[in-house]
Amino acid sequence: MNVLAVVEQRDGTLRRSSAEAVTAAKSIADAQGGVVHALLIAPDAGDAASLGTYGADTIHVASGAGAGRYDPDVFSATVAERVQAGDYFAVIFIASSQGRDLAPRVAARLDVPLAADATALAVEAGELIITRPVYAGRAFSKVVLNAEPRLLSIRPNTFRPAEANAAGTVENVSISTVTPRVTVRETRASEGARMDVGEAPIIVSGGRGLKGPEHWPLLEALRDALGSSAALGASRAVVDAGWRPHAEQVGQTGKTVSPQLYFAIGISGAMQHLAGMRSARTIVAINKDRDAPIFKIADYGLVGDAHEVLPALAEEIRKGS
Amino acid sequence: MKIVVCIKRVPDTEARIRIASDGKTIDPAGIKFVISPYDEFALETALRLKEASGSGEVLAVSVGESTTGEQLRSALAMGADGAVLLKGRTSCDGLATAYALAAEIREQNADLVLLGMKAVDGDQQQVGPMLAGLLDLPCVTVAASVEIEGESVVCHREIEGGVEVVEAPLPAVVTITKGDFEPRYPSLKGIMAAKKKPLAEKDAQLGPSRLEVRELVPPPERPAGRIVGEGVDAVPELVRLLREEAKVL
Repeated sequence: MNVLAVVEQRDGTLRRSSAEAVTAAKSIADAQGGVVHALLIAPDAGDAASLGTYGADTIHVASGAGAGRYDPDVFSATVAERVQAGDYFAVIFIASSQGRDLAPRVAARLDVPLAADATALAVEAGELIITRPVYAGRAFSKVVLNAEPRLLSIRPNTFRPAEANAAGTVENVSISTVTPRVTVRETRASEGARMDVGEAPIIVSGGRGLKGPEHWPLLEALRDALGSSAALGASRAVVDAGWRPHAEQVGQTGKTVSPQLYFAIGISGAMQHLAGMRSARTIVAINKDRDAPIFKIADYGLVGDAHEVLPALAEEIRKGS
Repeated sequence: MKIVVCIKRVPDTEARIRIASDGKTIDPAGIKFVISPYDEFALETALRLKEASGSGEVLAVSVGESTTGEQLRSALAMGADGAVLLKGRTSCDGLATAYALAAEIREQNADLVLLGMKAVDGDQQQVGPMLAGLLDLPCVTVAASVEIEGESVVCHREIEGGVEVVEAPLPAVVTITKGDFEPRYPSLKGIMAAKKKPLAEKDAQLGPSRLEVRELVPPPERPAGRIVGEGVDAVPELVRLLREEAKVL
């Protein structure tokens, strides 16, 4: 049976996590003897055909009026209609802010359960075993979905895109004609925010050790040195103190993240923070206190004052890139 | 205006999580249970909406076993006017829970249904939009603020890289994230008053649970941390390791 990956585009270009979703779908489809379909809802196909590189056989593109801006009713109906038209073993969403809004709505439309935020997938004896973090990463649950199709979302940055040659044929499908019920009055960009902390492959997080919100330009300089895929994060303590917005908070009452690279700067490492970031691939900690709990899980620790170390670190990273 | 707030009983975020001997659930021994923090924000939002309008009713609803009565009493102590415990064993299948909530909310004729944007135990972020789907109501997720304007609800949502202001006609379902205020603590007066407020119990009309837990395992161990060096002098070595060993730069 085939597997459908619901992918996302931004400013006319596929998001990196779209390749991750196709790669995850391919691993299931191979075990099932099926092929991968992708579904993109966007004004035009753009670079969608490139998903063939990751194993997408057919890429369904729903364009037209309503495709340019995410609307929960229109998008969820479009996905549900596509799923009903195919005979899918599984449907994979990206657990991005959009995907986390979309997937449960599709699940309700199809009357099937959803396993959210998977970090690993395996097919054993024809069963899809989904591993997902619970208690903000303090335990992992291995679950199966006793329904068809199996709806799941994957955590960004946890499935590394793998090349696999497939046709990548683009087919146009129609966008649903349901009436939107939620209207957008206004969109305001936050100052300096570029990438959501839940989706960024590189995160630079600051804690109380920074001594005050006025020192955040130090973190911003490091983020900028790391390039456009880096985002700022924050500990609960600095969000509670009002230094940073809650949208940046990493931990159990914020976002649980699995980036490739995580910088914990001036963060001592409360349990609920460690739980929220310990599945990062590489962790760097910078802290004045050699006994801070964060050093127990940091792959690379540096004992020192962030105010002195950060400018040197940003400079050193810039030098080599 | 009648506002229903759905709350969930969860382990405190600082609780130590131990896996029970069945290998599928957590050992509740010694764990303090609380209202899921985002559900507390939802309840606070509901209470503020009621206070701002000067009238209305806030009803707290939860699906759970009899112990969940503790969290509903807390909700009453914070200021909810009434509470309903839908007795049943919840699972991690959010759709099964949404079925039970939908059955109750259909009877309540709520103008607005609020939930936390996620429960901090299962972290699936799904019950709110599923509930809206079952009730065929418009739904706004991850709202940091909620206001009523006539027959509509106006919300500020956290979106990637910014804030979106959206409007939906009532009745509607809205899921809440942390906004500009903290949930209130129950006052002594509130706690006393809560004892006299109605807490109804009904059997939950849960949907079939089709998300089956096979195993609960501890997080993968990380290799023991290593300290590269001290101060500015250690920076070149740190960057070299990130480039050549970890290959992340």
